[in-house]
Amino acid sequence: MSEPTLHVDVWRGTETGAFQAFELPRRAHQTILDVVTEIQREHDATLSYRFACRVGMCGSCAMVVNGRPRWTCRTRVNDVIEAGEKLRLEPLRNFTVVKDLAVEMTQFFDKWKDAKGYFEPGAQPQPDFTVVPPAAPERQAADAGIECIGCGVCYSACDVVAWDKDYLGPAALNRAWTLVNDVRDQGYEARLDAVSAGNGCQACHTHMSCTKFCPKAIAPTYSIAGLKRAVLRRSLRNVL
Amino acid sequence: MSAILFLAQRTSAFVLALAVAIHLGTILYAVRGGLTAAGILARTHGNIAFALFYGAFVIAVAIHAPIGLRNVLREWTPWRGRSLDIALALFFILLLVLGMRAVFAVFSA
Repeated sequence: MSEPTLHVDVWRGTETGAFQAFELPRRAHQTILDVVTEIQREHDATLSYRFACRVGMCGSCAMVVNGRPRWTCRTRVNDVIEAGEKLRLEPLRNFTVVKDLAVEMTQFFDKWKDAKGYFEPGAQPQPDFTVVPPAAPERQAADAGIECIGCGVCYSACDVVAWDKDYLGPAALNRAWTLVNDVRDQGYEARLDAVSAGNGCQACHTHMSCTKFCPKAIAPTYSIAGLKRAVLRRSLRNVL
Repeated sequence: MSAILFLAQRTSAFVLALAVAIHLGTILYAVRGGLTAAGILARTHGNIAFALFYGAFVIAVAIHAPIGLRNVLREWTPWRGRSLDIALALFFILLLVLGMRAVFAVFSA
């Protein structure tokens, strides 16, 4: 018996372009990234896409698959479509398309810097090791968001980013929240200033698309809610 | 939205949640047997509690609506910056003046 055929529509171009149809064998346990790689190697070597680790660690292979942002290396075709249905592959939304399925990530990572999403050791080094009990509430809160791989799925899924290109986005704010909860970090005030500017955490509409689609099961919505609470507490302290 | 605007909008929303419930409840209670404009004014004229309640209501509306409208305009139009903030500050003053004028008119009628 011959292998069933998989029909795939792949976006070709940049902001303007068209879908190109490909047919290839549908195989058991085939991932979306397997499909894209097979198209590039066997059908059209000019297809552009990005990947590195293939095991869900590097965060470079995310695409929009049948309308939903996903990490393609850990998404099996069988999880997306039933027999006889078509695959439709597009670049991530809310990013500038470089070519085909590859997007420009610069703005996304610049916003991590804008949100002060980096560890701030302070002017003086700590005199001794900081003891951080695993059960401490701050450690637990940081743990909940720390496994982000920077894939851009949440940013692609976010309606607020689509409306306001200056909005920092779920990933940057989630990273800021993990650092707000890092007891060693010395950048608390500056970070709250950064995430409460006009394009910061208060712009979140709590649609929860980021939380729905995050492949690492992180809940950036709750991280953003935590930032809102922290900013609110500080504002009340300043007002009262 | 800045932290202060966020705080102002959430605080005014809290006031509005209570004020709208009391406002609607009062309407339902007051008109159950039929009520005329003269009947309403007879109750509100010189009533300090009425003036304080609706004065607070107006202030909450005047704070809440422009901040929400500013968010909507920022998300759905390219309008940003100082001109937007000035326009919505004027909208705040308009709501406040019209609302307070109405409260005063019914209080002092």
